Amino acid sequence: MTLRTEPRLADPDGFYAALMEAHRGLDEAASRRLDARLVILLANHIGDDAILREALALARAAGRGA
Amino acid sequence: MPGATYTNPRFPFRRPAALGRAAVEEQRVVIVGGGLTGLTAALDLARRGVPSVLLDEDDTVSEGSRAICWAKRTLEIYGRLGLGERFLRRGITWNTGRVFFGDREAYSFDLLPEQGHEYPAFVNLPQYHAEEWLVAACEGTGLVDLRWRSRVAAVENSADGAMLSVETPDGAYRLRAEWLLACDGARSAVRRALDLPFTGQVFRDRFLIADVVMRPPFPAERRFWFDPPFHPGQSVLLHQQPDDLWRIDFQLGWDADPEREREPERVSARVRSMLGPDIPFALEWVSVYTFRCRRLERFRHGRTFFLGDAAHQVSPFGARGGNGSVQDADNLCWKLAAVVVGRAPETLLDSYDAERGPAADENILHSTRSTDFITPKSGAALAYRDAVLELAEQHALARPLVNSGRLSRPAVLAGSPLSTPGAAPAAMLPAGSPPVDAPVLRDGQPEWLLRRLNADGRFTLLAFDDTGLHAPAGPPGVGLVVVSGREPPAGRLPGVLFDHSGLAARRWGCAPGDALLLRPDGHVAAGFRTPARDAVQAAQRRAMGHAAA
Repeated sequence: MTLRTEPRLADPDGFYAALMEAHRGLDEAASRRLDARLVILLANHIGDDAILREALALARAAGRGA
Repeated sequence: MPGATYTNPRFPFRRPAALGRAAVEEQRVVIVGGGLTGLTAALDLARRGVPSVLLDEDDTVSEGSRAICWAKRTLEIYGRLGLGERFLRRGITWNTGRVFFGDREAYSFDLLPEQGHEYPAFVNLPQYHAEEWLVAACEGTGLVDLRWRSRVAAVENSADGAMLSVETPDGAYRLRAEWLLACDGARSAVRRALDLPFTGQVFRDRFLIADVVMRPPFPAERRFWFDPPFHPGQSVLLHQQPDDLWRIDFQLGWDADPEREREPERVSARVRSMLGPDIPFALEWVSVYTFRCRRLERFRHGRTFFLGDAAHQVSPFGARGGNGSVQDADNLCWKLAAVVVGRAPETLLDSYDAERGPAADENILHSTRSTDFITPKSGAALAYRDAVLELAEQHALARPLVNSGRLSRPAVLAGSPLSTPGAAPAAMLPAGSPPVDAPVLRDGQPEWLLRRLNADGRFTLLAFDDTGLHAPAGPPGVGLVVVSGREPPAGRLPGVLFDHSGLAARRWGCAPGDALLLRPDGHVAAGFRTPARDAVQAAQRRAMGHAAA
């Protein structure tokens, strides 16, 4: 299996709103921990080391600036 | 700081005969360093009949408790050396680790969840007790010449040995060693004399380590706190030792002033804040230290071998320093003994580096990762660490990511040049594996499998056979241990081990007819389905370092 990169979310706007809602009222540090908890939960769900490393590389490459 | 529960013995300086003589003293095996590693090596060699001279610049055992967590594999090795039961009797047995985050427990883990092993996951005991027993055991063999207050001032290494200049209170002398074992610790004089680079990583953090005498209401388990209320923003580790002695490690951060942190009032305040006002305590020993992970590129240089901290250094989380050192000695000594008496070629000794180099890398990798978790280096690292700890309390999925130290496990010597791969069934313990214990019955009496495998420290063919009648005859120099899944008929087949629980067959992954060739250190050299004598012999020759026929 490889990382699926085609659009897959049924309700992208709804998901995005839920993500923003999850961060509401949190300070920088708490937000950062929330994202980290989310990454760990999703990584465990995926459970495939090759896919996770592919996602890491892709995320890193897509960043702008240093 | 003088100890309340332990007084260091002082060993006498005996004037060596070589002092004042013109001739250079010649010795076959010289060990530099009378700490845990050097004493273990000396005892192992002596039990294989090889005498040695051991030089130590001091005249006592370890100052302070130092290495305290003795792992199962180490206890098994000391079992072979005749000291295992003393560790069990004198030490504190524990199998559970408990991790706290803030003011709550995050989770706990059991390091040895199954029964049926002679030794537990860990026994805690101060290093000085172990060293004292080792000194007495070495003396008892009559084969170890212990020379205290003997400092190695210079080393000249050559292809056929090493020339040492030794300084004593009565003067200096020259000592030529055919074989030199450098067991002289992280600041190894031998390593510096040979000008060998010792490279790696320093961690920008400081830790306060305190031995405290007290009777707190804590069980015998390893407790680790991340960011506890009594030491905010840092971590704390607690271990029980015998004699109401407890070890506490306080993380201090890089900016801490080591001199100030050692002050007893300051240490007492930290301990008081942890224990609360009602538990009386006394400080026994205090030290402030920084971690390093580093190693020599090669552990063999001609006829000089580096063992323990002289060869490699790790951070203490995971108890991989002392336990790794004992495995170094366990790995080298049977080989050196075989070479010294001419039963194996000198090239066998290259396998010490080939096997223990990767083991050191594994220890360094684990202890580096633990330290990175405990000491986050960036805001992101801190956020992830705390996120893992937050999840761990309710979600088992996060617990494997919590790293308060990956506790020492025996090295699997994968890819060893001494192993014969290929012939073994897939279910069997692979070549390079350490031996695994199991309860058995021997002539109707309870016995531990490892005791029989370790009985005389030679090669052993471990044969699984349900009748006990068809066990293969091993080639010369190979002992035979037969494990039967059925009870041997009374009075017949003495010495056959009855695997009454089936655990031996299960743990070794063996069916009737299977057999494994074990090296003198117990590691698997080869596995066979219905072994032929020629194949066993070929595997044994390979494991002795002989080139393939």
